[in-house]
Amino acid sequence: MENKIADIKERLKKELAEIKTSRLLYELKVKYVIGKTGEIPSLMKELGKASKEDRPKLGQIINGLKDWANQTIAEREAYIAEMEKKARYEAETIDITRPSKRTKTGTLHPVTIVKNQLVDIFAGMGFSVVETREIEDDFHNFTALNTPEEHPARDKQDTFYINDDLMLRTHTSPGQIHSLKTLKPPFKVLVPGRVYRSDDDATHSPMFHQMEGLAIDEKITMCDLQGMLDVLVKKMFSSSAKTRFRPSFFPFTEPSVEVDVSCFECGGKGCKLCKGTGWIEILGGGIVNRKVLENCGVDPEKYTGFAFGLGLDRIAMLKNGINNIHVLYEDDARALGQFKD
Amino acid sequence: MNAPLSWLKDFVEIDVTPEELEKKLFDCGFEVEQVIAYGDKIDKVVTCKIKEITQHPNAERLRICQVDAGKYGSLQIITNATNVKVGDIVPVAVDGATLATGDRIYNGKLRGEDSFGMFCGGEEIGIDDNFYEGASGDSVLIFHDDFPLGEEVRDLLGLKDYVFDISVLANRPDCQSVAGIAREIACALDKPYKEPDLSFTASEEGDDEISVTVEEPELCPRYIAHLVKDVKTDRSPAWLTRRLALCGINSINKIVDITNYVLLEMGQPMHAFDKNDLEKKSIIVRRAKEGEKIVTLDEKELTLNGENLLICDGAKPVALAGIMGGLNSEIKQTTKDVLFECAKFKRDNIRRSSRKLGKSSDSSKRYEKGVDEYTTERAIKRALHLIEQLDAGKVTKTHIDVSAHKQQENKSVSTTFSAINGVLGIEVPEETVVGILKKLNFEVKVEGEKITTVAPPYREDVEGYADLAEEVIRVYGYEHIVPTLLKDATITAGGYDKSQKDELKVKRTLAGLGYNEAMTYSFYSKKYVEALCLPDGAEEKNTIIIENPISDNYEVMRRTLVPSLLAVASLNMKRGAEEGRFFEIARTYIPTDSFPTEEKKLCLIAFGKNDDFFTVKGVVETLAEAFGIKFDASERAEKSYLHPGVSAKILSDGEEIGFFGKVAYETAAAFDIEKDVYVCEINYTALEKKFDVQFKFKPISQYNDVIRDLAIVCDKATTCGEIEQAIISAAKGEVKKAELFDVYEGAQVGDGKKSMAYTLTFSSDEKQLTAEDVDKTVKKILGALKFKYNAELR
Repeated sequence: MENKIADIKERLKKELAEIKTSRLLYELKVKYVIGKTGEIPSLMKELGKASKEDRPKLGQIINGLKDWANQTIAEREAYIAEMEKKARYEAETIDITRPSKRTKTGTLHPVTIVKNQLVDIFAGMGFSVVETREIEDDFHNFTALNTPEEHPARDKQDTFYINDDLMLRTHTSPGQIHSLKTLKPPFKVLVPGRVYRSDDDATHSPMFHQMEGLAIDEKITMCDLQGMLDVLVKKMFSSSAKTRFRPSFFPFTEPSVEVDVSCFECGGKGCKLCKGTGWIEILGGGIVNRKVLENCGVDPEKYTGFAFGLGLDRIAMLKNGINNIHVLYEDDARALGQFKD
Repeated sequence: MNAPLSWLKDFVEIDVTPEELEKKLFDCGFEVEQVIAYGDKIDKVVTCKIKEITQHPNAERLRICQVDAGKYGSLQIITNATNVKVGDIVPVAVDGATLATGDRIYNGKLRGEDSFGMFCGGEEIGIDDNFYEGASGDSVLIFHDDFPLGEEVRDLLGLKDYVFDISVLANRPDCQSVAGIAREIACALDKPYKEPDLSFTASEEGDDEISVTVEEPELCPRYIAHLVKDVKTDRSPAWLTRRLALCGINSINKIVDITNYVLLEMGQPMHAFDKNDLEKKSIIVRRAKEGEKIVTLDEKELTLNGENLLICDGAKPVALAGIMGGLNSEIKQTTKDVLFECAKFKRDNIRRSSRKLGKSSDSSKRYEKGVDEYTTERAIKRALHLIEQLDAGKVTKTHIDVSAHKQQENKSVSTTFSAINGVLGIEVPEETVVGILKKLNFEVKVEGEKITTVAPPYREDVEGYADLAEEVIRVYGYEHIVPTLLKDATITAGGYDKSQKDELKVKRTLAGLGYNEAMTYSFYSKKYVEALCLPDGAEEKNTIIIENPISDNYEVMRRTLVPSLLAVASLNMKRGAEEGRFFEIARTYIPTDSFPTEEKKLCLIAFGKNDDFFTVKGVVETLAEAFGIKFDASERAEKSYLHPGVSAKILSDGEEIGFFGKVAYETAAAFDIEKDVYVCEINYTALEKKFDVQFKFKPISQYNDVIRDLAIVCDKATTCGEIEQAIISAAKGEVKKAELFDVYEGAQVGDGKKSMAYTLTFSSDEKQLTAEDVDKTVKKILGALKFKYNAELR
C-alpha cells in the first residue's frame, strides 16, 4: 500500500509538471482525485479490504495523500490560471497607434465663430441681437441715415441696385433705423449680417459681413463708446489691448471716429501686421446723429446714443491671420477645417 | 491729395519735423497716407565753375577739367561730358557725396589721372525740366543762374521737400487743397494763417460783348468768367512748374499751368477758353441734347445725354462742365485772349457724368467732393494775381459773375457748453472750447452758458452742437476721453433670442455630424439657375436680378442654395477632395410687388464613399430628433435637379418643407461633377417655426422589452416604409419599433418578390410580455400584412 501511495505521488508530481492548460489539469484531477474510479478514490475502496487495525492508519495516510494532491493541484491550477490570463491579454494586445475610428466633425464658419464671440461679449453688456432685411430701400439704407442725395456713398459704383428704389444694403446701418422705429428706448442692439458692395480684390469681396451696434439711452456719451469698445478689444484680442479714437466721418454719427486697437501681434511696438504703426483699424463709430433720431421719431432732446459698425470678416481675418478675404468665401474644406469654435 | 511742405509754408510757419507734422495732422483727422521725401539723400553735390578743359592723355573720350568749387577749393574732375565749356557753372559731386539715386561718389583715378569728383546731370540730382530748365536728358546740367560756388545744389534749387499724401474725409472738401490743409495746420500748430495773395489790377479795357447765360442754375449755381488779353503761352517759371511736378502735374504753358496751380492751391477747378474760338462771344451753360457729341482735350469723342452738363459758346459745346475742356477751344501757342472760367457745379451731377462717361480728371474729382462758392470767388482772383505775377497777360475789366442765389449765409449754431460736453462725456473747459473754435476761424459769442458760433464761409458742414463737439475734440485730442461703461444707462437684457439660439444649435448639430459650415455669395450666375433644369413656368425661375452686377457671375439673387453648394463641392473635388460635407444657412430672395421676401434656407451637400441617400436621410432625422420633431420622408421628391428614383420630400405635419436626394446627373455635370453628390435643402424659415416643441418626461416602462425578428416576403414594389407602418399599426401600440435589417431578392423568394427582415421591439407599460403574448401579436401582424400587401412570413 505504501509503495502504491508513493508511486501515485511520484506519478502525479511528474504528470502535473507537464500540464499547461486548465483543461488537461481538470482531466488529471479526474484521473487522480475526483473521478469515481480515480486513483485516490480507488485506494479508498481498497481500504475496505484492509484489516480493522490497519484501517485508521491507512485511512490517515490516504487522506493525507488526498490533501496533498488537492493542494498540489490547486497550486498548479493557480499558476496555470495566471499563465492563461497573461497569455490571453498578450494575444489580444493591439497596436494602439493605428488610426482611430470616428466621424470627423465639421466646423462652424470663421465668420459665425467671430459673430458668436462678439455677441457673447456684448450680451453681457445688455445688447440683444436683431436681424433685418438685406434688400433695402433708399430710405433705410441712405436717406434716414442722413446720407444726402449728393453723398459719394450713393454712387452706383458702390451699390448693387435692384431697381430705382431697392438695393442690396451696403452696410448693416439700416438696422439702426429699423431698431429705432420698432424698439422703445432705452435699448441696446447688435445687427449682424451680410452686406454688399461692388468691390472685388484681395481685401474686398462683393459680399461681406458687418455687425452694427446701437445703444440708445438718456445720457450716452463718447466716453461710454470707448469704455464699451475697451471691453470688446480686451476680450476679443488680448487682455492688454487698448483702443484709440481718431476723427472720422460718417453721415449718421457726429462726432464720428475710427477706432484702432493696439496691435495684438507686437503689443504696439510696430510689426508687419500693423504696418509698423502699432495700431490696427477695427471699426468705425460715433454718437448717433440727431437727424437720424429725428428721422425715426425719437426725441433727440431726451435720448442720445452711440453706434458702431465692424467688419466680421475683417476681424476673422485679423484673428486668424488670413490675408485674402476670398479664403472665407471659396469654402475649401482644408481651410474651413482649421477654424475652431 | 498731395501737399508739398514748401508750398504749405507759403501759408503757415511750420517749425516741426515732417514726422511731427504727420502726427499733428493725424490727430486732428487728416491721415497722412505717405510722406514722400525729395532730395533728402542728396549731399555734397555742390556748384563749381569750370576754369580749364584739357584732353585726357590716355582716353580719347575723356576730358580733364579744372574747376573752382568754392570752399572745396580747386579740383580736377575727369568727365566724358561734351556739353560743358569753360565758364559754365555745373553741379559736382565731391568726395563722399550722395546722389539722389543713393549712389556714393569718391575720389578715384580714371585712366591714370586723378578725379576728385563727378559732374552731375538732372537725373543724378533727381530733377527734370519741370524743376530746372535743362535738367532733362543725360548731359551735365549747366546752370543758367549765377549761383555762388561750393554751395549745396539741393539748397540752391530747393530740392529738399516733403510731399504729404493726405486722405481728406468726405465732410471736409474745403481741405482738398494746399491752402485748406495749411489752414488746419495753422490751427494744429497754433500759428497764424497767411492768406494767398489775391490782389490784381484790372487796368485793361475788356470786351462788353462777352455774355454768360446759365440755363441750369441748379446744376451750376455759380459761374464767374474773366477776360485776359494778350496772353503769353510761354514756359512758366521753375518754382511753379516744380510745385506742379511735386503734385504730379506736367507743365504745359503759363495759362494752363495757372489753372492747375489754382486747382491745387485753392481746390477750385478752373478752365481757360481761347476767346477767338468762342462763337458769338458767348458762354451758355446747358444740358446736353440726347446724342450730342463733344471731343475733349484728350482727343476722345463722347456721346452725351440730358444728364450731362455742357459749356457751350454761341453755336457748339466747348467743354464738358467740370470734367474736361473741349479740344475746339483749347489754349494754343497762337492764343491771344483767354476767358477764364471759375464755377461751381453740383457735385452729384459731375460725379454721375464722370462715372457714366468713364472720364475723370483732377477737376471732376474736386467737384465730386464739393467746392464752396467762397473759394470760387477767391480762386479767380488768385488766378488773375498769378497772371500779373507771371506777366502772362493783361487782366481786363470784363468780369461776369452769374449766381443762382443771393450771397450764401455762413452756418450759425446756437447751443450751450453743456450740450457740447454732453456729447463728449468730459468737461472741456469753456475757454478751451472758445479758443479751439476761434482758431478754426469760427466767430464765437458767449453769453453765460450759451455759445453762438458762425462757421467760416468754407465750412458748409457745421450744422449743430454735435459738429462743434467734433471740432473741439479733434483739436483738443481724443486722448482726453475717459472710458466709462454706460454709467447712467438703464439695464437691458442681452444675447441671442430663442430663434437665434436654435439656429446656432442647428449649425452645431450639423458640424457634429461632420458638416463644415460654408458661406457662399447671395448672388450667382444665370447659368446656375439653368443648371437646375427647371421646367417652363417653374416658380424658382422667377428671380430678382441685380441691375448693375459686378459681373455676369453675380447677377441673380438666389432662390435656392443648391447651385452654390454644388459649386463648393465642385471646387473641393477639383482640388483633390475624395469626400466632403458642407452646409449653409442663408437667405433666399423671392420677388414680390414691393419688398422681396427673404426666406432662410438650410442646404447641405455630401459626396464621397461614406455618403449616400441614407446617410443624408440620417442627418435629416438627427436634426429632427434634436428638436423633438418628426419628418415624413416617404414621398418621392419631384425636382428637376434631383434623381427621380433617389430623392424624397421632407414633410413636417403634412407641410412640404424641403427635399433631399441624389443630384441629377445633368445638374451635376453643369458643375463638372462626375461623382455621386447628395443634397438636401430645407426651408429654414418654415422649419424653425416647428422648433417650439415642449419636452415632457415620459416614465420608462418597468418591464423588459422583447425582441423578435420577422422576415416577410412581399411584392418587390411594396416599400419598407409601408410594411413598417403596417406592422406598427397592426400591433396596436405593442410594437415600439420595427427596424429593417435585411433585404433579399432572388431565386429563393421568386420573381417579382423580395424578402424584408425586421427586428421588432415589443414593449408594454402594464406587464412583462411573455412569449405567448408576443406570438399572439405576431399572428395579428401577419394577418394584417397578408390582407394589405399579400405578404407572407418567409
